[in-house]
Amino acid sequence: MAMAIRVFLLLLLFFSSSYPTFSLYEDQIGLMDWHQQYIGKVKHAVFHTQKAGRKRVVVFTEENVVASLDLRSGEIFWRHVLGTKDAINEIDIALGKYVITMSSEGSMLRAWNLPDGQMVWESFLSGLKPSKSLLSVPFIRNVINYRSSVQTSLKVDKDNLVLVYSNGCLHAVSIIDGEILWKKDLTTEGIEVQQLVQPLGSDIIYAVGFGNLPQFDACQINAKNGELLKHDSATFPGGFSGELLSVSSDTFVASDATRSILVLISIRDGSISFRQTYISDFVQDFSGTAVLLPSKITGIFAIKIDTFTVLIRVTVEGKLEVVDKIDQGVAISDVLSFSEGQQAFALVQQGRNKIQMTVKHSHDWNSGLLEESIEMDQQRGLVHKVFINHYLRTDKSYGFRALIVMEDHSLLLVQQGEIVWSREDGLASVVDVTTAELPVEKDGVSVAKVEQNLFEWLKGHLLKLKGTLMLAGPNEVAEIQRIRLKSTEKSKMTRDNNGFRKLLIVLTRAGKLFALHTGDGRVVWSLLLHSLRKSEGCESPIGLNIYQWQVPHHHAMDENPSVLVVGRCGYNLDAPGVLSIVDTYTGMELNPLGATHSIVQVIPLPFTDSTEQRLHLLIDSDQHAHLYPRTREAISIFQREFANIYWYSVEVDNGVLRGHVLKDNCILEVADEYCFNTRDLWSIVFPSESEKIIATVTRKSSEVVHTQAKVIAEQDVMYKYVSQNVIFVATIAPKAIGEIGSVTPEESWLVVYLIDTVTGRILHRMIHHGSQGPVHAVFSENWVVYQYFNLRAHRYEMSVIEIYDQSRADNKDVWRLVLGKHNLTSPLSSFSRPEVITKSQSYFFTHTAKAIAVTSTSKGITSKQLLIGTVGDQVLALDKRFLDPRRTVNPTQAEKEEGLLPLTDSLPIMPQSYVTHALKVEGLRGIVTMPAKLESTTLAFIYGVDLFFTRLAPSKTYDSLTEDFSYALLLITIVALVLAIIVTWVLSERKDLQEKWR
Amino acid sequence: MDKGKGVAMGRRWAVDFTDNSTAPSSRDIPDPPGFSRASADQDDSTVSRQKKDAESNWKAQKAWEVAQAPFKNLLMMGFMMWMAGSTVHLFSIGITFSALWQPISALQGVGKVFEPYKDSKVDLLGPKLLFIALNLGGLALGVWKLNTLGLLPTHASDWVSSLPPAQEVEHSGGGMPLH
Repeated sequence: MAMAIRVFLLLLLFFSSSYPTFSLYEDQIGLMDWHQQYIGKVKHAVFHTQKAGRKRVVVFTEENVVASLDLRSGEIFWRHVLGTKDAINEIDIALGKYVITMSSEGSMLRAWNLPDGQMVWESFLSGLKPSKSLLSVPFIRNVINYRSSVQTSLKVDKDNLVLVYSNGCLHAVSIIDGEILWKKDLTTEGIEVQQLVQPLGSDIIYAVGFGNLPQFDACQINAKNGELLKHDSATFPGGFSGELLSVSSDTFVASDATRSILVLISIRDGSISFRQTYISDFVQDFSGTAVLLPSKITGIFAIKIDTFTVLIRVTVEGKLEVVDKIDQGVAISDVLSFSEGQQAFALVQQGRNKIQMTVKHSHDWNSGLLEESIEMDQQRGLVHKVFINHYLRTDKSYGFRALIVMEDHSLLLVQQGEIVWSREDGLASVVDVTTAELPVEKDGVSVAKVEQNLFEWLKGHLLKLKGTLMLAGPNEVAEIQRIRLKSTEKSKMTRDNNGFRKLLIVLTRAGKLFALHTGDGRVVWSLLLHSLRKSEGCESPIGLNIYQWQVPHHHAMDENPSVLVVGRCGYNLDAPGVLSIVDTYTGMELNPLGATHSIVQVIPLPFTDSTEQRLHLLIDSDQHAHLYPRTREAISIFQREFANIYWYSVEVDNGVLRGHVLKDNCILEVADEYCFNTRDLWSIVFPSESEKIIATVTRKSSEVVHTQAKVIAEQDVMYKYVSQNVIFVATIAPKAIGEIGSVTPEESWLVVYLIDTVTGRILHRMIHHGSQGPVHAVFSENWVVYQYFNLRAHRYEMSVIEIYDQSRADNKDVWRLVLGKHNLTSPLSSFSRPEVITKSQSYFFTHTAKAIAVTSTSKGITSKQLLIGTVGDQVLALDKRFLDPRRTVNPTQAEKEEGLLPLTDSLPIMPQSYVTHALKVEGLRGIVTMPAKLESTTLAFIYGVDLFFTRLAPSKTYDSLTEDFSYALLLITIVALVLAIIVTWVLSERKDLQEKWR
Repeated sequence: MDKGKGVAMGRRWAVDFTDNSTAPSSRDIPDPPGFSRASADQDDSTVSRQKKDAESNWKAQKAWEVAQAPFKNLLMMGFMMWMAGSTVHLFSIGITFSALWQPISALQGVGKVFEPYKDSKVDLLGPKLLFIALNLGGLALGVWKLNTLGLLPTHASDWVSSLPPAQEVEHSGGGMPLH
């Protein structure tokens, strides 16, 4: 007996000390999560088509990804994300087995093994005198014009060389081991190199470029030892614009300073000769400027004049002649040499819903090698880039395939007039995410099609039952897993009771809107927003944010939900804004609201009109507030709440926080009743010599808080200060703005504030001495959690601040509460200056955070978890319990019962609590959580270069049966019990009868 | 209690063999010769009176015993509650509810419990009061247990924990400029 008690006590101790974990079993992967890998918009592609083996293409992208793709399917063989601080400038394939990447403005050179993507070597190329002018155009050219042939011809001690010009120096790097064989400093020659040319079969490298802009320089360098053989220079009186194209190994094209004259530069026979041609001579009614389009085609180059693209050929005599003039969007590939001396290039022209691809010989314009027209989805926009590659057909003739990069950043492989595969790589650059509900399942909607029939259902459940009873064979186990993963239930296009099925509305940098299904991550619809495309009035439109415009429920059920997309023409704050409303069911752009004013801030108001359209206040750069939607009803709702609407602005550069209030209607040239003047109400000026704002965070306006009371030990109550109008501001010492470790702990500090945004009252201020940014913070309910670096402890630290309302703290008399005599439900005003107290605590945390988010549930009852995007591009779930400022080293019995954990100096990291389990979300940038209808469950969407979606239950699924619950077993048990009852009843009746006859 | 019941069973019907009447006129049948009524009557009445006294004494004693019976229950309940501990689980809930239910059902049947001891000479008020008091004590014990389990809304926290946060009068939005 005593033994049993001891064992029981030990077990109890064990269970009470172990923290709950939320790990998955291996076979649960993919059940409620999905992961998609992307690479981003391709900047350059290099084909590798060996005769044998898998055909592949190596690309690098705007997201700083270098990847090897399968040419047959577009799948990723391998991929490396170099990060934003190490931008890739060029890539190439060397010796047929190395991928050479140059990054960080030419200071980093790396070689990757082509088949598996392992890094072979890495070289750091330092410049002797990194002068300003030289940092701009470093590049690598292992003589791309004659790619394969020159590589092998250029030999120094049987080593193959890569030539890199960076930081004013020309480097020759061995391909085999990355050793720098020689280095020539060209800064002393006063030349800004634009092109490196290696004539065929020669040991001389020509480095050409501009000295001072009117001067053209050409250096001849010995490829074996880097010795400068000759330096020629000549001055062109008209000056140069700075662009330089090579049309052959000794001829270059540049434009003059006014961009109206093309200059043909020849460096034949060691002398430089100029030949100028006025563009107006061969292009009719030319006015304005011409831009040289970067291309690498022998004998042909392209210039862009206004909307036209003009292709110009350089004849043998050195004359220029126009071969074509195209007024639509056009993309030109680099030159491709495919057989002995034959060179071709591709030209892709834009049609309405098709594209025209032409492949031509570079020396013979009139005969086309190939002409194809390809059907193209209009939602992909214009053709931005094209890369061609050749293959040998069965009849020994040459065929061409092209890799096309579209306006929406998607990547397509085109062969024989058809799209072989396409990749939606725009999804690698997500700007903003929101969710939308799916349509409600109606009676008329054919559910039967989606639902399996009863027999199938029963069969599936029987199989599951077999699995639970361990009777299933390996085949059946695989079948069970297949059924689980391919459940049609999760990818249906209707709303479900649990609210797991939703649409994720994703805005990408390309200005394309995608609707992803949460069940399996497929693209339901996509829309290249018309208002976010380049147009005459809007040169460089950027998408900023998405807002919920209309979320119909209750009385406006027949309306479709819609989202508001906010963009801006250009990067300046005073550039005109762009608004667009998109129906989330159909993916159609509803009437685009052409905003004529600039958009600095968008404030969704907590009011909706009769059709459930949310009122939005848009602040322009002149501090006018514009009300949307522009309807009479909206303005009448707005007028009612006019006096209670405030707004604030954070001016990071000036270190000022300003509060504003609405005043009256604007006085403009045109009367506009939807425009309001505002006036300043308060301002907080942070001393610029000691504090600089680095982070602000507020509560999510959609967050639901269940209760205002927090029950602590001994049934005591603390009242949370739950307010939407509180902002968390973190400032650091201006000296400490740099990297971690750039300052001493003494001259670095972090100050955190909690500020009421209505009155400008500082609720809380705290200094962390010896701490440094970056600060990542999250604000929820009445608490803020933020992470920073502690320079003294050399560790990251996480702190929590909780705010409690002291003015309500005396509501503790039970009888008054029973009788309802309390002030707890009376509306709260910031002007009543409620007395608050804060509690705070700090802990060490091992990981560098990239983003922090918090789970959110539909009613706010379920306990919260912090989702921390770690430096390893994973997401860690951490219970909020660990960040409770009431933790003490020795909690009392009552506190233990309350669930308070003993204080530890660092936060535990449990390997099981990674929500991304074994996967990585490369280039993680953001975490978005949204509530499901089921209270215990929250949905999390994590985006970066990759996308990841999962379902989380911070307190386990206490309100639903588990996924693998066997309904069949339950059913069978019930049936068996009922049968048993009937049988025993019959038997007992019979026995009774016999008894009576006896 | 069993004994009391036995007595009650015996008293369902009775034939009175004793004749207490002294007036001969009231009789139809004359006394047999040689029978002296006075002495016999005298004797009989004293015996029956004694008997009755003994019975009522016994009844009163029994009634007190019955009234004290819940005390034992109380002690046992107390012990069981102590064993059950103060955490909410199936066992402790069961014990607590039986501790609440027993006194209540006993209080409902107070009249029935003391019916057998009803007698003109027996004063049942004392035992009844004790019985009620002890059962109330049991009930109090149950309620106290319920409270220690935290199932009674006696704290402020029980009344405010479901109150939603107060509405805010002002609304403020904004932040850093969009970029």
